[in-house]
Amino acid sequence: QKVSVEVLDHLEHLALVDFRDSEGVERLHKAIQFADQLCEVNTDGVEPMDSVLEDRWCLYLREDDVTEGNCTKELLENAREKVEEYFVAPPGNIPLPKLEERETFLQSS
Amino acid sequence: AALTDGLRSQVSAALKEGRVSPTELCQRCLDLIKSTKFLNAYITVAEETALKQAEESEERYRRGQPLGILDGIPVAVKDNFNTAGIETTCASNMLKGYISPYNATVVQKLLDQGAVLLGKTNLDEFAMGSGSTDGVFGPVRNPWSYSKQYKEKSVPKSHSGEEESNWVITGGSSGGSAAAVSSFTCFAALGSDTGGSTRNPAAHCGVVGLKPTYGLISRHGLIPLVNSMDVPGILTRCVDDAAVLLGSSLAGHDPKDSTTIQDDFKPFELPDLIDVSKLSIGIPKEYHAPGLSSEILALWSKAADLFKDAGAKVVEVSLPHTCYSIVCYHVLCTAEVASNMARFDGLEYGHRSDMKDSTESMYAATRREGFNDVVRGRILSGNYFLLKQNYEKYFVKAQKVRRLIANDFVKVFRSGVDILLTPTTLSDAAPYTEFIQEDNRTRSAQDDILTQAANMAGLPAINVPTALSERGLPVGLQFIGRSFQEKQLLTVAKWFEKQVQFPVIQLEEVERHNSGVFQHQKSASFS
Repeated sequence: QKVSVEVLDHLEHLALVDFRDSEGVERLHKAIQFADQLCEVNTDGVEPMDSVLEDRWCLYLREDDVTEGNCTKELLENAREKVEEYFVAPPGNIPLPKLEERETFLQSS
Repeated sequence: AALTDGLRSQVSAALKEGRVSPTELCQRCLDLIKSTKFLNAYITVAEETALKQAEESEERYRRGQPLGILDGIPVAVKDNFNTAGIETTCASNMLKGYISPYNATVVQKLLDQGAVLLGKTNLDEFAMGSGSTDGVFGPVRNPWSYSKQYKEKSVPKSHSGEEESNWVITGGSSGGSAAAVSSFTCFAALGSDTGGSTRNPAAHCGVVGLKPTYGLISRHGLIPLVNSMDVPGILTRCVDDAAVLLGSSLAGHDPKDSTTIQDDFKPFELPDLIDVSKLSIGIPKEYHAPGLSSEILALWSKAADLFKDAGAKVVEVSLPHTCYSIVCYHVLCTAEVASNMARFDGLEYGHRSDMKDSTESMYAATRREGFNDVVRGRILSGNYFLLKQNYEKYFVKAQKVRRLIANDFVKVFRSGVDILLTPTTLSDAAPYTEFIQEDNRTRSAQDDILTQAANMAGLPAINVPTALSERGLPVGLQFIGRSFQEKQLLTVAKWFEKQVQFPVIQLEEVERHNSGVFQHQKSASFS
């Protein structure tokens, strides 16, 4: 079963990475084929496991006290584009171009 | 003191008694790093800061106030741990030039104990891989490729050109750390272990590789791959040293990592005289996996006999879902990766594309430029498995299978078995040219098969170098213990290490650095 171009396009949108070439798509097909082996296992009555520490109640809420911060300078240091204390991003709310308009390998398929 | 000494036994004593100074030790390691550059074990060498740390340590020793056993000891850290002021790349274009603003908790703990941070070691990009061959800085070479032991066994060719292409991989993804410890450029190194990434290269490089129980050591500052399975790993030349690192600083609750358990960690020292006759050792039959080399099978059997002869109860056990752990891992790993890699968008740190049309297109271009095929492949697969129409069938299903795998171990340990004994890898290290003939996912699926289940269940596991293969390369065996029973696990490992007396690597470069004033020690671990 091949994954449809619509789904591949959808994945590129969700992941914001591209398949790049037919090898990339093949890689996905092989990954799915591999994962399909899971259905061989009988999991009736088995609960999904989120964490191996589920019996230990690790996750807790701490007190809502400010214990650290004031590190604006350090946090901005690694950003390439910034203005005063802001990270600068290109214009938002512009969806990625549709499949037909994008430069993507998927166009040819 | 020689670069080949064990921490607790010899180096620490030598430092205290002034027979060697921290700056001398540091300088020798730095020199050795330079002369073993061809191994490509280090991405960044922090020469200046290391020497400064060594000087500070020296001052403390002069005042008679060392911070502990680790004071002045040169260590290396895998390049997926944040280190303040030092570049942290994860061997990816995405983080080239990224200077961490903070230290990972484990790094901070080492520094607080006075350890000297020599540098950051090489890995597969974002720790995805089992060869340490897929990072942007190139592959790591296994130091044993250049050992007398390996060269003697290689079919003699007339020119060094052959030797150049004959080198073997370190295994991965913590290959740089394993190579650094193996080639004596540091006394201990941090790795990470998600599917075997510390134990696998430890086996191939002939060093001790410990994967602690999930929740014992803080992951704060370890750039995450799979949050529910990642742990920092410890690589050392002998089991005692691993216990020192675990106990002197690394283990314990961290308020910055809510997945660390809150129980107080009691540091321990391993006994010198060990009696294994009261132990029950389990041999899981499913670990006789397809592709397991006959050599390793024989060693495994011999090891079981060693325990039997010492009076331990050795029983065959079954972990029936072992064969599904790789598939399960494949789904859970890619799913968590898809989520974890979402933070790399070029806005706050790391690589940023010049694309300016829109935020989304900038993100897409940044990620296209920053990630290699392996990383992109896993992100896309992960997103596929997490699609609404696939979620139950793949992700939730895998979580259920995970429980079955974890329960297999619970059942076995409940039946009275204390420790499991298994091989760590299917064979000794492959030559690089052979290894790269298969793609990353295939290799990972093959190589992780013996190590992955321990991550699934969160259990502690350790590789102990056992013997040399027919090709003159290291082979290790793995012990898997009960949750949070690191003391018992390490005690058994230490006993085993003493029995097998794994040979010291004979590397020309090391011998040169060791000769002169100080004696060359005969064994990697004291006896």
